[in-house]
Amino acid sequence: MQASVQKLLISALFASLLAACGTTPTTDSGAPVEDRNVGSGTTGAATSGTATGNVAGTATGSQGNRLRDPNSILSKRSVYFDFDSYEVKDDYKPLIDAHARYLQGERNGRMTIQGNTDERGSREYNIALGQRRADAVKKMMMLLGATEAQIETVSFGKEKPRNSGHDEGAWTENRRDDFVYRGE
Amino acid sequence: MTRSISRAPWILALLCLLSAGAARAQLTIEIVGGGATTIPIAIVPFASDVYPLSTTAVVSADLARSGLFKLVDAGGVVPRPSRAEQVRYSDWTSRGADAVVVGSMTPQPDGRVEVRFALLDTVKQGELAGVTYVVQPAQLRATAHRIADVIYEKLTGDAGVFSTRIAYIAKQGPRYELLVAEADGFNPQSIVSSNEPLLSPVWSPDGTRIAYVSLENKKPVVYVQSLSTGGRQVIANFRGSNSAPAWSPDSSRLVVTLTKDGGSQLYLINADGSGVQRLTSSGGIDTEANFAADGRSVLFTSDRGGSPQIYRLTLGGGAIERMTYDGSYNVSPRNLPDGRGFVFVRRDGGRFNIALQDFATRQVQVLTQGSLDESPSVAPNGKLIIYASETGGRGILAAVSSDGRVKQRLTAAASDVREPAWGPLLK
Repeated sequence: MQASVQKLLISALFASLLAACGTTPTTDSGAPVEDRNVGSGTTGAATSGTATGNVAGTATGSQGNRLRDPNSILSKRSVYFDFDSYEVKDDYKPLIDAHARYLQGERNGRMTIQGNTDERGSREYNIALGQRRADAVKKMMMLLGATEAQIETVSFGKEKPRNSGHDEGAWTENRRDDFVYRGE
Repeated sequence: MTRSISRAPWILALLCLLSAGAARAQLTIEIVGGGATTIPIAIVPFASDVYPLSTTAVVSADLARSGLFKLVDAGGVVPRPSRAEQVRYSDWTSRGADAVVVGSMTPQPDGRVEVRFALLDTVKQGELAGVTYVVQPAQLRATAHRIADVIYEKLTGDAGVFSTRIAYIAKQGPRYELLVAEADGFNPQSIVSSNEPLLSPVWSPDGTRIAYVSLENKKPVVYVQSLSTGGRQVIANFRGSNSAPAWSPDSSRLVVTLTKDGGSQLYLINADGSGVQRLTSSGGIDTEANFAADGRSVLFTSDRGGSPQIYRLTLGGGAIERMTYDGSYNVSPRNLPDGRGFVFVRRDGGRFNIALQDFATRQVQVLTQGSLDESPSVAPNGKLIIYASETGGRGILAAVSSDGRVKQRLTAAASDVREPAWGPLLK
């Protein structure tokens, strides 16, 4: 019985291959997408991951230069957290203060704070934990002069680790907020 | 002992890999543990089962994979029976078979195939089921799953789930794909692909749509995509993060986690993205909602008590009740379809495992022994739970029976698989 199954399989494969192995997703042909809340961008379900929507824009002029100047504290963009914690450590207060004051001086400046977690635990719960890390820094920046409208907080949870390792070193690197200015 | 059940998916996977650079993540299923009692059953090769994919083989593989049946050798009985009246019960009781399946396949003038089978009880010496299907050759695999469902239901008393589909995310290099496959891992079809993470797929209970979260816009956004047209719609893209979709049993609404008003909180939203309504107002995290089958309540994860625990929100009234107390990390609740309890992920000493809690007794049974088990999804008959696990740093899927006895492992060559979601029963 087994032998005949195998034999039959061979001929089946040609048929199945057509059905199972095509590399064109059903939606590549440009699925209609109704983006009621998204600014623009995606027109099909297969995406290339380009930035669109709220955080897109252009940072130009002297403000952009200050943000990129490696000698400026504003070029530093990451805050790290302890395990299971969203408490902002004192070491990062000067950095957060500098970005808050920058936003205070540039009222058109817009920032996204992206929260991240290490790989342990539920994906969705980690999205919420990362969000809370981003919110903690936003709250501090608002106390230091930035406005609510200037900062959007989002979370990648454990989905976009900076370090793909599975040890404490990698986890330490991944429990993190990143600051991204509009246009970057 | 590990027993490879179905060779066919593996061969198909290999050929896909050879023929197409970006092969879909075909799953291979192995049984790594069996049921407490198995029903000995003989499946006689169907007469004229000459079609490319053997119906008899698919039926046999389905039943064997469930862990609840022991396949009895059906060879050497002459003449080979193909109809109920041709079965001599003594042929089968002497081999220890409690049940025997016979069948035949007959080509029709219009190109379709008549598939006829009968399930017989060799102890009571009677026919338990007999069904005739007339189908296109392309439908033979689906028909085999339906036959296995009938046999499973007649002999165990529970609905069979061999005809259902599963969705999961495969990551291959930088590429994420949301795939839908038959419950045995065959015929994976790509629903959406992206260079940014995809997560949290959930089936609408009517089986027509899948909701999921994509990070393609540099933030979590919830989409609903039609399986028939491939068209999709953003249903939640508010300021902040939008995630954790959960369908209502009537497929008309979802609960999602939004942060637009500060903090991760639960909101009810229509399936077209309209009519947002806030459900919870805690200072903490509220997320991972999951509807009870009767639609009257949702389970969710919250850290309102200091650590992540599972709570139940009664809709309408708004009453919230804490469900888990044991341990400091209990997350990802999913209701069982019979309303008896729920499965969830618990952390114990750095390990994450799938557990089941009974509503009435509050008794918890840990079902899995991996180190990073997550994202459970319950089969529509409540008997199997598929979940994501990990071996050697690579994501795999696994399934465990709700009594913890039957274990299956589903792996895909050259890709990380995660976020399984079991689809509904075919109507």
